[in-house]
Amino acid sequence: MIKILKISGLVIVLGLMIIQFFPPEKDSTEEVPATDFVNNFDVPEKVQHVLRDACYDCHSNNTRYPWYSKVQPVGWYLQNHINKAKEDLNFSEFGNYSDRRQNSKINGIINQVRDDEMPLPAYTLMHRDARLSEEDKKAFIDYMDSIKGY
Amino acid sequence: MKTRIITICLALISWGAFAQHDHSNMNHNNMMNSNMSDQNKEMSVVNIDNTKAASSIIDNYLALKTALVKDNGDKAASSGGALYDAFDDFNISNQPAEHQKELKNIIVDASEHAEHISENGGDIEHQREHFELLSKDVEDLIVITGADRNMFQIYCPMYNNKEGGMWLSDSREIKNPFYGNKMMKCGNVQKELAVK
Repeated sequence: MIKILKISGLVIVLGLMIIQFFPPEKDSTEEVPATDFVNNFDVPEKVQHVLRDACYDCHSNNTRYPWYSKVQPVGWYLQNHINKAKEDLNFSEFGNYSDRRQNSKINGIINQVRDDEMPLPAYTLMHRDARLSEEDKKAFIDYMDSIKGY
Repeated sequence: MKTRIITICLALISWGAFAQHDHSNMNHNNMMNSNMSDQNKEMSVVNIDNTKAASSIIDNYLALKTALVKDNGDKAASSGGALYDAFDDFNISNQPAEHQKELKNIIVDASEHAEHISENGGDIEHQREHFELLSKDVEDLIVITGADRNMFQIYCPMYNNKEGGMWLSDSREIKNPFYGNKMMKCGNVQKELAVK
């Protein structure tokens, strides 16, 4: 019995060691492209801060990866999450969206932030700077409201 | 004395009529600026082609609308899934070349709304947020493609913190998909999309 436990323990440790050699493909750049949200609208400084601190890690190509993303399988999980988030909304590519889709996204952003659905609680737990004060939240929503078409 | 009273009355009446006229003009202008204007009580008619091109989209959109009227998030989710498929099956290449780009933009946006609705059976308020934007997409689509039945744009000024929101129906009867049983009768018919 003890022998079985020892062997399975060893297999798990070995497995964990091996998967460290297979980090996920990260796509993060420092560059802020011409299609980025901030380059397509006249975004106030305060709102830009909120975007960078609370949104861009998952919803742009400018992710600031945390140290634990280097540990697998945590990194795999994070990357999977980021890829899905960018499919829904990628601020780096906002300028490529049609006017119609931009408007839908802005409406969605307002609803999600107003209802405290975004930024995700699991994210703000690990990222203190992503917690929005009531003042940040209001400035952010007011700005998004001002650029909304309908 | 009598004539003076009559004159004053006539003056008042004509002034009233003028003010009324001016007011309706203003409403009309509002509507031109934004078809979401909530003060607008006038109904406009837009003629559209009689075609079956968007029938499956309309069927599934209306099924989704009915599910939301009945406060049934699960049914709304399955109708949203069927609507997603209908957008996927829609053949843009059969449409006039000058409208294809706009139709593609509409379908990309509308499919995303339909997808979110299909994934959020447990959150009907979130489904309704997407449904409002989806309604605008479907209206813009059938103005281009035509429809196989008359449709009505109905406006509820209460929705979304009184910003207002609109939906489409195949009937003039008001059954509100944004509020369901909470405020079934809120809304007024703003526009008719009449099949030629």
